[in-house]
Amino acid sequence: MTASAAELTPQETVTDAVQCVDLTYSFGTHTAVDHVNLSIAPGEMFGLLGPNGAGKTTTIRMLTTLIKPAEGTVAVFGIDAAAHPMRVRRVIGYVPQLLSADANLTGIENVELFARLFDVPRKERKERVADALEAMGLTEAGDRLAGTYSGGMIRRLELAQSLISAPRLLVLDEPTVGLDPIARGNVWEYIKRLRAEFSMTVLMTTHYMDEADQYCDRVSLMHRGKIRVTGEPAELRAGLGDGTTLDDVFRHYTGDTLDDAPEEGGIRDVRRARRTARRLG
Amino acid sequence: MTYAAPDAPPAASVKPPVIADNPVAGLSRLFGRVVTLCWVELRKIRHDRSELYTRAIQPALWLLIYGEVFTKLHAIHLPQGITYLAYLSPGIMAQSALFIAIFYGIQIIWERDAGVLTKLMVTPTPRSALITGKAFACGVRSLIQGVVVVILAAILGVRFTGNPLNFLGAAIILVLGAAFFACLSMSIAGVVVARDRLMGIGQAITMPLFFSSSALYPTSVMPGWLQVISRFNPLSYEIEALRGLLIGWPTTLWLDSVVMVGATIASITCASLLLPRLANR
Repeated sequence: MTASAAELTPQETVTDAVQCVDLTYSFGTHTAVDHVNLSIAPGEMFGLLGPNGAGKTTTIRMLTTLIKPAEGTVAVFGIDAAAHPMRVRRVIGYVPQLLSADANLTGIENVELFARLFDVPRKERKERVADALEAMGLTEAGDRLAGTYSGGMIRRLELAQSLISAPRLLVLDEPTVGLDPIARGNVWEYIKRLRAEFSMTVLMTTHYMDEADQYCDRVSLMHRGKIRVTGEPAELRAGLGDGTTLDDVFRHYTGDTLDDAPEEGGIRDVRRARRTARRLG
Repeated sequence: MTYAAPDAPPAASVKPPVIADNPVAGLSRLFGRVVTLCWVELRKIRHDRSELYTRAIQPALWLLIYGEVFTKLHAIHLPQGITYLAYLSPGIMAQSALFIAIFYGIQIIWERDAGVLTKLMVTPTPRSALITGKAFACGVRSLIQGVVVVILAAILGVRFTGNPLNFLGAAIILVLGAAFFACLSMSIAGVVVARDRLMGIGQAITMPLFFSSSALYPTSVMPGWLQVISRFNPLSYEIEALRGLLIGWPTTLWLDSVVMVGATIASITCASLLLPRLANR
């Protein structure tokens, strides 16, 4: 099914929430994402797992229209991200890896900014901002500057920001990285509730295997730009016998441990490759 | 690939905003984005006013010390009825706007580092609207600065024209000037990418821009080579227009306005084209 056919008849076929076909991206000579094929069904909570530098974030950046694929396509609900970036941005909510709420604005203002950027009509704005903050348990903190929030609260504020446009696909890049264990569990509970309440498809990247195991319907293990295996966490674990964890599964499919992997696929490697790319123009 | 999520969530309870898709709606959206980013700037100023006060110190020194001393020296011959302080005020106004704008690129680099920029770029906002919004947000800041200079100068005895339309015109010119230099700064940010390098370049070009303009002295007293440079310096046109509007200085207002509008459009285009380069580092 081509992307253009999907745009013409979006209702007639069950369109994948996300479909990657031979998706590829390189920094200079380093192939960060290497012919990735991926289908995510509407309503799924999908985890893209792998160590730092595996290519997860680069995949997300192509999906969120920040960069164009070098090869292959990525479509969100049948809309090609490279061909129709504006339309894709309307259907996705995105929470980047860094805590990125504006510290110099209040919680309410942070969410209102996104309401305006997504053209929420003026009449509905106030109510929807309040609803989004309430959904994330931030009603009382709404008038405070985001700079005074804890890490977990900022993450929830960012979820509130991404909620305001009622996205069909929520993209979370390492949603719990840098948070303490309590805040992490708390953020996960909110993500789960969101998904149930707003019928959203959730795509997240993480390198915490235990969290993926606990919260994702399906996961893909990514390593050195390639997807090694995709399936339900329980199914993947069962394939290797009793008492295995997703870490074992990862080791089994990559012949590598998470701890070793960053040595070669790590952020330093990507940085180096980027610098090379920059030099080469 | 078909896959049904285990617990299919209920129907969406929040509807995404309805988006009209025609050129008029597109243009009004563009305008809306600019308004939104100016709104953000105003909110930030409201939350932290200290910058307003500290930024008022420099123009105050220029007017109080430099202005008073040069008035006594009678070094610069001006037409009958125009004091040196009156001549200087529009120059200082443009200068303080320049000082705000030339470091605006640092803010966008900071936003890139914090992940804010990425998030803004995943909203349905064209790159050019993002840049235009930032540019005019800088204009808003400069406008406040302009009001401060007018008040200071009035206290020191400068008589401005009484026509409110002239003040409106001066406000527009001041905003355009700030927008131009903010985009110049954001363009440089797109090229050098690193914050400290931009800092250095900003410092290196501010004074040459200032001294090669007619801010402190008429171009007629400049050496020939400097006069040539001054003719290519948008700051000169900005200052001449401000003088024409505020103190009735003889100038070709239409030429000044055309140069300012043209320069602003060119710099917005340039910064917009360089924005993805900045965002994807």
